[in-house]
Amino acid sequence: MDIETIVNFSLLILLALTVVVLIRMKSLLAIALSSGVYSFLSAGLFVAMDAVDVAFTEAAVGAGITTILLLGTIAITGREQTVSKHKRFLPIAVITITGAALIYGTLDMPLYGDANAPIHTHVAPHYLTQSSEEIGIPNVVTSVLASYRGYDTLGEVAVIFTAAVGVLLLLGKTAKRGRPKQ
Amino acid sequence: MNLRASLILREVCRLVIPAVMLFALYVQFHGEYGPGGGFQAGVIFAAAVILYALVYGRQKAQRILPTETVRYFIAAGVLLYTGVGVATMLLGGNFLDYNVLLQGHQQAQHLGIFLIELGVGITVGTVMIAIFYTLDEFGE
Repeated sequence: MDIETIVNFSLLILLALTVVVLIRMKSLLAIALSSGVYSFLSAGLFVAMDAVDVAFTEAAVGAGITTILLLGTIAITGREQTVSKHKRFLPIAVITITGAALIYGTLDMPLYGDANAPIHTHVAPHYLTQSSEEIGIPNVVTSVLASYRGYDTLGEVAVIFTAAVGVLLLLGKTAKRGRPKQ
Repeated sequence: MNLRASLILREVCRLVIPAVMLFALYVQFHGEYGPGGGFQAGVIFAAAVILYALVYGRQKAQRILPTETVRYFIAAGVLLYTGVGVATMLLGGNFLDYNVLLQGHQQAQHLGIFLIELGVGITVGTVMIAIFYTLDEFGE
């Protein structure tokens, strides 16, 4: 076994352990912190897959900001999970069927790292071979994200903008900004 | 959310926060050469501001970055991004086709990518700060 396989397997096992621990937890504070651990392990896995830009985002957004925002929410709502009194049969059935459908879906997917996978034969070769001439920057991820796929990135920014507008509309206290009415 | 920070925490943050902000700027402007870009830089910058607000109190952070300013910047980032697209259209190209911005197409691409990454960074950073402010105010 080469070192990459060992690293990948250790990270995946740690990920699975984190999920098991997460499911068994009752304290929301501990759950928020453990999801941070999960994100950080995923970031490690992305680094092992040479996707450093994705790993960077996962570490900063998933492990960093999301944990802080979850903690902020818990500070408002309370630390303990309320035990649901609903029947557990329906949720378990839904999860099992969805999970089975997802696993069935992966059977059609090309193997990990398959050079003939559709994603590697469509536009990716053009980006990889022409980026240094057409765009002229070393990081191909940036040239795809910001130039070739600039329109998609604009969509992502619009989504973040909309999310902020939603949060501010629901929780913001702008109504008090005007002059106090007497 | 105030940690009622100890002396050690406050002094360590005094050293760490400028470094984190500097790193955010590095990630923002070096994204074309290394990993990173506007998304990551915005989040890192927001993390520095949020850390400041946690340790020294939100009111102190809001004295430097008031909620109003943060909200204007949320829109400013998206406007900068779309503005680049509109500018390329006015110059005769397609939406977000940077090649018409300058004479040399590589320089034009550099300029376009620099501007839209800046827009992304501004919006992402200020959105995170605004959400944190809002949650913190709501919790009072």
